[in-house]
Amino acid sequence: MLLNQAANDTVSFLEQKAADIRKDIINMIHHAGAGHPGGALSAADIITALYFHVMNIDPKNPKDEGRDRFVLSKGHACPALYAALAERGFFRMEHLETLRQNDSILQGHPDMNKTPGIDITTGSLGNGLSIGVGMAMLASILDKEYNVYVLMGDGELQEGSIWEAAMAASHHRLKNLIAIVDYNGLQINGWVNDELRIEPLEEKWKAFGWQVIRIDGHSMQEIIHAFSISKKMCCPTVIIADTVKGKGVSFMENVAEWHGKAPNAEQAKKAVFEILHGGENNVAFNKNVVW
Amino acid sequence: MSLSTRMSFGKELIEIAKTNQQFVICSADTKACGLEEFGKLFSGREFKFGIAEQNMMNAAAGLASCGKKVFVATFAVFATMRACEQVRTFICYPKLNVTIIGTHTGLQVGSDGATHMAIEDVSIMRVFPNITILQPSDAVSAQKMAHIAVDFNGPLYIRLHRNPSPDIHNSSTYHIELGKANVIRDYGNDVTFIVSGIMLGKVLEAVEKLLKLNIRAKVLEIHTIKPIDKEALIKAAQETRAIITVEDHTIMGGLGSAVSEVLSEQCPVWMKRIGIQDAFGESGDAEKLYIKHKMAVDDMVKAAIEIINKK
Repeated sequence: MLLNQAANDTVSFLEQKAADIRKDIINMIHHAGAGHPGGALSAADIITALYFHVMNIDPKNPKDEGRDRFVLSKGHACPALYAALAERGFFRMEHLETLRQNDSILQGHPDMNKTPGIDITTGSLGNGLSIGVGMAMLASILDKEYNVYVLMGDGELQEGSIWEAAMAASHHRLKNLIAIVDYNGLQINGWVNDELRIEPLEEKWKAFGWQVIRIDGHSMQEIIHAFSISKKMCCPTVIIADTVKGKGVSFMENVAEWHGKAPNAEQAKKAVFEILHGGENNVAFNKNVVW
Repeated sequence: MSLSTRMSFGKELIEIAKTNQQFVICSADTKACGLEEFGKLFSGREFKFGIAEQNMMNAAAGLASCGKKVFVATFAVFATMRACEQVRTFICYPKLNVTIIGTHTGLQVGSDGATHMAIEDVSIMRVFPNITILQPSDAVSAQKMAHIAVDFNGPLYIRLHRNPSPDIHNSSTYHIELGKANVIRDYGNDVTFIVSGIMLGKVLEAVEKLLKLNIRAKVLEIHTIKPIDKEALIKAAQETRAIITVEDHTIMGGLGSAVSEVLSEQCPVWMKRIGIQDAFGESGDAEKLYIKHKMAVDDMVKAAIEIINKK
């Protein structure tokens, strides 16, 4: 794909922002002593693109009726969402350090009544697409043209309620509903297709009446292109994004153990260094570096 | 016999919809409460989900999160069990403005049998924070509840009944104030019947029989099961020192439990809970089922005599 200079600048900006968000994710989860780094890191590029390029949102008016909606169906990846909201100005960055602590606005899973910018409470897997169906249905009644973005994990596609929602979305021709599958291939106990096979995935979505776009979920260029064409469809769209669990941190990548474990101080330091300066393979890792 | 509570509620909701544009309906292919034609009457205001209650309940949450008042109508067994987690986590927890209409409750369902009789729905819904639970006792109170539901903001569960039941209340004088029990009879201080739902008719028969035996009873109608009117319960316990709860529902977790929870801590008195005793329902004539489950008028009379003798 040929990009002009402005588009190149956008991609560079978003890549830098995604790195900031990855750094925030590591720091937050380390500070909290618990959380889910693997799935937050795999979703970081997609969430960055949505909050800094794709979605029509206004941090000063987070409840605007005509805004685009985001549903984090894989609610455990919320550190990525919280970081994006803070970086985007929905609340102060200092809140990130309070993740999962008493009286924090940042719960272990998203809470629409506690956190500015969260459109809907989520966390229990398999429910987000149905919620997105309801949100998308109302747009025509409200006479608004907003889009609804639902980010799902691959493991949660094992839940039956996802497929109830998939059927409903195509039946009601919800072209303003755009789902993304963060296809990192891992769930807590191992590979998704070993635990309960979700393949053939593209064919499943097509059979349910969806337009399917397949992308590299870590290529900012492909992500923004996919969102751009998804808005022009006449039916619901699913973007199947091939991703890497733990993306950006060498020792977390493709390791199921990092689904729900907090890095200790040294691991966090190493992770942030890699995120900011490239992985161990690219840059000589210096434990004494100041960052 | 008048209308069933479910048809009375649905009919009134349609009447209200003619002048009130602020709410929408979600349905899942049932003939629950006469709202099947809602979409034809009010274009764009009914969303059909097919036989997929979890999706419907979540979509209702999605609709409500965008600022719309939403009614979800289906059988209570599906609303409270198939879609239980969706009600808890995506409606009650975020306090969304969704009214869940649960129909076909209690042994009164009759011939459909245990699979379609909700006898534990109140127990399930009552434990979720932020939810309000209402149950009418006849067509008149169901009609009033339709107005209350439309004006209500937040998670609300309305427990309705399949078959027609006798009219009890006078439409022009009957009043429902949310969270306030209604005193329906006050013959004296021998015993208080605390009842919710269509069993009120049987309780009224029982207190007349008791009066002939010179036993003077009170009757409290609990239309708001949650939050329950603690003050009224304590007052009744103090005045009569004997309480009988009556519900077409399991005695575990429903009205009887709710009353016990209040009185055991604040005013312990002799109690008897009339309702389904740790059993499933079954097919058959509802009146015969009430006799089998010791929920008939004579069982209430007997319970009153027994409990008064304990005082």
